[in-house]
Amino acid sequence: AKHTEQHEGRLYNIPLEEVKAVFPHGLPQRFQQQIRTFNEARVMVRKPALELLAYLKGSNLAHPAVRYVIYGERGTGKTMTLCHVVHYCSRQGWLVLHIPDAHLWVKNCKELLQSSYKKGRLDQPLQASVWLKNFKASNERFLQEIKTQKKYIWGKHESTEEGRPLGEVVEQGLARVRSASDAVGVVLRELKLQSHRGSFRLLAAVDGVNALWGRTTLSKEDKSPVSPEELTLVHNLRKLVRNDWSGGAIVTTLSQTGSLFKPSSAYTPQELLGKEGFDALDPFVPIPVANYSPREFESCYGYYLERKWLQHEKAHTEDGKAELQFLSGSNPRQLDRLAGPL
Amino acid sequence: TLRLICTTTAVQRKNAGASGPEKYTEAYIEKQIEEFNLGKRHLANMMGEDPETFTQEDIDRAIAYLFPSGLFDKQARPVMKHPSEIFPEQTKIQWGEDGRPFHFLFYTGKQSYYSLMHETYEKLLNVQKHQDELIAQDLPLQKEKRNLAGSRWLTKIELEEMLVEKMSDDDYSRFIQLLQKLVALPCADIEEKYIQKFAKEVPVQLQKVLIEPLQYDERGVAFSTGEGKRKTARATAVVYDNGTGKITVNGIDILHYFPVLQDREQLLFPFQFLGRIGKHDMVCTVSGGGRSAQAGAIRLASAKALRSFVTEKEVEFMRQAGLLTIDPRVKERKKPGQEGPRRKFTWKKR
Repeated sequence: AKHTEQHEGRLYNIPLEEVKAVFPHGLPQRFQQQIRTFNEARVMVRKPALELLAYLKGSNLAHPAVRYVIYGERGTGKTMTLCHVVHYCSRQGWLVLHIPDAHLWVKNCKELLQSSYKKGRLDQPLQASVWLKNFKASNERFLQEIKTQKKYIWGKHESTEEGRPLGEVVEQGLARVRSASDAVGVVLRELKLQSHRGSFRLLAAVDGVNALWGRTTLSKEDKSPVSPEELTLVHNLRKLVRNDWSGGAIVTTLSQTGSLFKPSSAYTPQELLGKEGFDALDPFVPIPVANYSPREFESCYGYYLERKWLQHEKAHTEDGKAELQFLSGSNPRQLDRLAGPL
Repeated sequence: TLRLICTTTAVQRKNAGASGPEKYTEAYIEKQIEEFNLGKRHLANMMGEDPETFTQEDIDRAIAYLFPSGLFDKQARPVMKHPSEIFPEQTKIQWGEDGRPFHFLFYTGKQSYYSLMHETYEKLLNVQKHQDELIAQDLPLQKEKRNLAGSRWLTKIELEEMLVEKMSDDDYSRFIQLLQKLVALPCADIEEKYIQKFAKEVPVQLQKVLIEPLQYDERGVAFSTGEGKRKTARATAVVYDNGTGKITVNGIDILHYFPVLQDREQLLFPFQFLGRIGKHDMVCTVSGGGRSAQAGAIRLASAKALRSFVTEKEVEFMRQAGLLTIDPRVKERKKPGQEGPRRKFTWKKR
């Protein structure tokens, strides 16, 4: 979809099959519910997204990948911007590496295995396999085209030769759950190495990137806390997000809602990433996302009216609109929650 | 010499049992009045003021100074007032020495009530006769309506006080009906004076509060301040004109300061009531209390500040909507012997 600045504030439609193909796991919960209710997916075109798209269009592929960090207060639409960008890139034919929420990988994990690849690291088979499944669903055609460049040994009897399509690696990871995290690592490394060749463009989209450098809620069997580096998935992600490859772009969002041990009023990159993360991500382009502007608010309100989502009589009047704007403070999440029971 | 065969009813009454509340004789009350006046002059001398021009207010102040008391109930503190205010009015004994009552309606039981009804009916007949005379002379009837909205009839309690006699609800309603019938006639102006005895003025302007004029700050924008409180929270609000509807509390936006929808609704209410949601900006400071108390305090403060921007009629509407009244509910004190202000300890049978 070609969007220019004139389209700011309007909503555009994504056909449902594409949604399932491109975003098997990426959309926020409430948006998925909304899709199911309205039977269509409508995303609002907003200024930060347009900015990002402009940068992406103008980015030079020979240079190292540029990092973009989307930040903003709670509920202003960072994840939605990310999804918009992802959709655009997938339409353009890029290979999209979308990690829905890095926070899921550092908390609430039931199984931790000792890594077979390297001692001292911990594996997370469940999350890795879930992610591999989704990755397969979203990028099927690429999996056949890309070939591995190295030989990988999974266990005593399984190994992947050079030149086999990546799809096999993914199957391997899915079939043998124990080595799923290693499979993820392999995929990431391959894509990184091959992207600068120019056969395809890689977009790494990570939501909740501050999880990679914070603390985890997991602990080892002897109750000592786990730092993020000891997790294979996190380690590989960090390598991906580092700036040493070219031929694509990295788009990340900071998220306070899932972050651990951080105060709820923090939303700038400095506070949420911590010193480590900030240094690691250092040369990046910050993209702030703010609450709705009056025009955007009006278009959102008009959309709800059109789909007959606001049933209350007073909601149709001018006063009702002013009330909604006041009470929600033009915050998209608040507006969504307010409009729900109406 | 005639021997008294039958004793007086007064004597009979004394023997017949309890006589009810103590009746003060007229002589006793007169003595009390003399004592009060003397005491007033003594008090004036003590305080060094002029005995001639010593008013009731001066007496109250002097007593409060000489007998300071920490009691909360004002009626329990020492008081020096004219005996007519202290001793309740009581019916004096209504019959003479020979046992014959003075009033002709004594044996009805409620003599003052029936005498009142008689008088009112007499006035009614008067008015009707006057009306007939006017009709006979073909003169136009006067039709000046009394201001019914500004006056109300005396309540039953007030009427009882006036007549020093108890009456039932039924009697009271009959009396009021009679009065209304009297007033309904066109020529009732003749009896105006009589009717005024039973009518009371309703205070028209209950809200005697001053509305401050708008102030203007450096940029020429009109603003006004208001203060409010609720439970233990105190808030001051400054409402600016020509705004976008942004509200800041203690330097923080309301979305962040009041994450709960209910508090924001409380803040929204004064603006919504006047229909001025997006027109004013507000900056407030609040301290004390809890989340809900602070929201209520800011609501009061903003309503008070908005009074200067709005016509008098709308101020009256706001007052009736309850936007301008301080909420008197505070935390109730815990009593000894109970677990909380109302909750008693668990009752155990043994």
